[in-house]
Amino acid sequence: MSTQTKDTTGYLDMELLRFSTAGSVDDGKSTLIGRLLYDSKSIFEDQMQAVKDASKRLGLGDEVNLALLTDGLRAEREQGITIDVAYRYFATPKRKFIIADTPGHIEYTRNMVTGASTADVAIILIDARNGIIEQSKRHSYIASLLQIPNVVVAINKMDLVGFSEDVFNTIKKEYEEISKILKLKNVIFIPISALNGDNVVDASTNTPWYKGETLLHLLETLPVRVDETKLPARFPVQYVIRPYSDEFHDYRGYAGRISGGSFKVGDAVTVLPSKTASKIVAIDEGNQSLEEAFTPQSVSIRLADNVDISRGDIIVKSDEHKPTVSANVSVMVCWLNHRPLNVGGKYIIRHATDETRAIIKEVHYKVNINTLENILDDKTVNVNDIAHITIKAMKPLKYDSYQENRITGSLVLIDENTFETVGAGMIVHDLEDESFAI
Amino acid sequence: MSYKLTHLKELESESIFILREVAAQFEKPALLFSGGKDSIVMAYLAYKAFYPAAIPFPFVHIDTGHNFEETITYRDELVELLGADLIVGSVEESIKTGRAVEEKGYTASRNKLQTVTLLDTLEEHKFDAALGGARRDEEKARAKERFFSHRDEFGQWDPKNQRPELWNIFNGKKQLGEHFRVFPISNWTEMDVWQYILQENIPLPSLYYTHEREVFERDGVIYAALDAIPRKPTETVEVKQVRCRTIGDITCTGLTLSTANSLVDIIDEIASSRVTERGGRSDDKRSEAAMEDRKKAGYF
Repeated sequence: MSTQTKDTTGYLDMELLRFSTAGSVDDGKSTLIGRLLYDSKSIFEDQMQAVKDASKRLGLGDEVNLALLTDGLRAEREQGITIDVAYRYFATPKRKFIIADTPGHIEYTRNMVTGASTADVAIILIDARNGIIEQSKRHSYIASLLQIPNVVVAINKMDLVGFSEDVFNTIKKEYEEISKILKLKNVIFIPISALNGDNVVDASTNTPWYKGETLLHLLETLPVRVDETKLPARFPVQYVIRPYSDEFHDYRGYAGRISGGSFKVGDAVTVLPSKTASKIVAIDEGNQSLEEAFTPQSVSIRLADNVDISRGDIIVKSDEHKPTVSANVSVMVCWLNHRPLNVGGKYIIRHATDETRAIIKEVHYKVNINTLENILDDKTVNVNDIAHITIKAMKPLKYDSYQENRITGSLVLIDENTFETVGAGMIVHDLEDESFAI
Repeated sequence: MSYKLTHLKELESESIFILREVAAQFEKPALLFSGGKDSIVMAYLAYKAFYPAAIPFPFVHIDTGHNFEETITYRDELVELLGADLIVGSVEESIKTGRAVEEKGYTASRNKLQTVTLLDTLEEHKFDAALGGARRDEEKARAKERFFSHRDEFGQWDPKNQRPELWNIFNGKKQLGEHFRVFPISNWTEMDVWQYILQENIPLPSLYYTHEREVFERDGVIYAALDAIPRKPTETVEVKQVRCRTIGDITCTGLTLSTANSLVDIIDEIASSRVTERGGRSDDKRSEAAMEDRKKAGYF
């Protein structure tokens, strides 16, 4: 049977790109997403009909509110607001996309951090009429904090400023100051009109002065995960596969998802925290054996020696830079819960596949993400606050800094009583580490 | 070597990671198996995730008693093939014991009653996590649900109070009596599922391919002319060339006019389709928030 089909040739060869969108109220974020979905034929007739019906019920007449496509919950439709991160999917012949659509107003930090945590690209929308506002800085800070590799600044509503190159350049120049302060990596500016489609899918004839790419073309061509496969290899052990069957009597596979770099059969490895050395004899994926596997593949690894390894341990290559093994961890935390962070309190920590308890030792400072200044006099960490804290775990963690590795450099704090996820932490090496300092 | 992963491999890898998290974090998980393509893909992913060990949790099928015969045959063969355990929860039984009350009239469906049987079955076997094949692209309430979806002791979903889910860290901690629904293929689209079935060469129930069947039309949806759906006198039975785009209970499975008899045909058909697969599901047409309401009550 041929795997080539008429309409989907190349589908089996596509890559996946995850991006997040952030914007303020009325800056056209929903319109932009609606346009990407609509122009890529990802909105079906029955969905469109449902949105038309709902628009009528809300008294919009024949005007179609594309935001209704993404507002999934009853309360959101009734109140005309977005409460939670919504995930949207579309594909072009080149790539499949996952959009984490985060609301700009309520619970903004919590939602934006969640949406940004897995994103390869952040799209930050700026209304050309208003230029950079407080919320644009907030969105940019989060893109920087979460180390999103690419930031696309979409300067929207260009139609309402006469497609003026001057307006575009003024905003661009002002934003470059911010991106310098925030050490944003790859920043790209695009003048668009989401409403009319200028530079979204097709190049606009209204902006002859703009020589760059359209938004969709950019999303189709930006590199995906290239850096992650070049990192020092990391394999947090998730589960031990032991069949106990006659056929696979001595089989012992360490299952997990590669979270940095790559592993090959024959590699000399070290297991942390025990520092036991061994060698990879096989890498299995289902009933297939691979010669080599890389980030973010889920595999199971077999070692030459019968070593004692359990969930939470991490396998690394012996000849590469190793993670820090320490119970003291310095963290930039985004607080997610309505009960403030309790200094001196105990929390459950989940880090990669490891779990332990930890005590909050100290709050060093909070960040005012609207002004991008540090707050030293008020150390109460409330919901949506971002703060630099130190924690002491009950046993050593094996970690990298978040800047080095997004998986082995991140953790969450869980309330011991309610079991809610209350904090999202990005590890910094120590207090002298200036990577997050402003 | 080129370190480039196709999107299907990346989705597979994410789903296998979540299946293994469930096996590691919960004491007694179960995989909800409906006989539809999504749960079939889940079954194969589970097989891959733990190979060469057996799948460390049983499959649970909530049988409405209104299933297509082919679904049940396929289910039994698959369980045999993958070496999995099967537990069947019967809606018929729930009705007999008075736990559920049958809907009346022409539009009667046991779809909603499944919730009672599901919750009873989970409780009877003390399952603390139920793996489901729901996808976020299916429906707008699902688009906001987490991979690890926390349910209170009544099995209810509280959409406004969901736990934030960051990176690939999943928090399955719960109080006594609470449980989780986990959706490993949340990020897959209908097209991804079909392409994966093609790539992995997974056999499917014959219902997905074109066949001749006695059908009738109601409100623009084509249904199988079987005893499970009482017909109005005005509804006439015709023989048509149809196939299922989704498979559920007979009473809520709309059929598609189609001549597709291979996976490649199906993929081409879906690629050019302008209606979503749930467009043929009468259970979603009941109200705009039908899915949200059912989920809050403990539905999948």
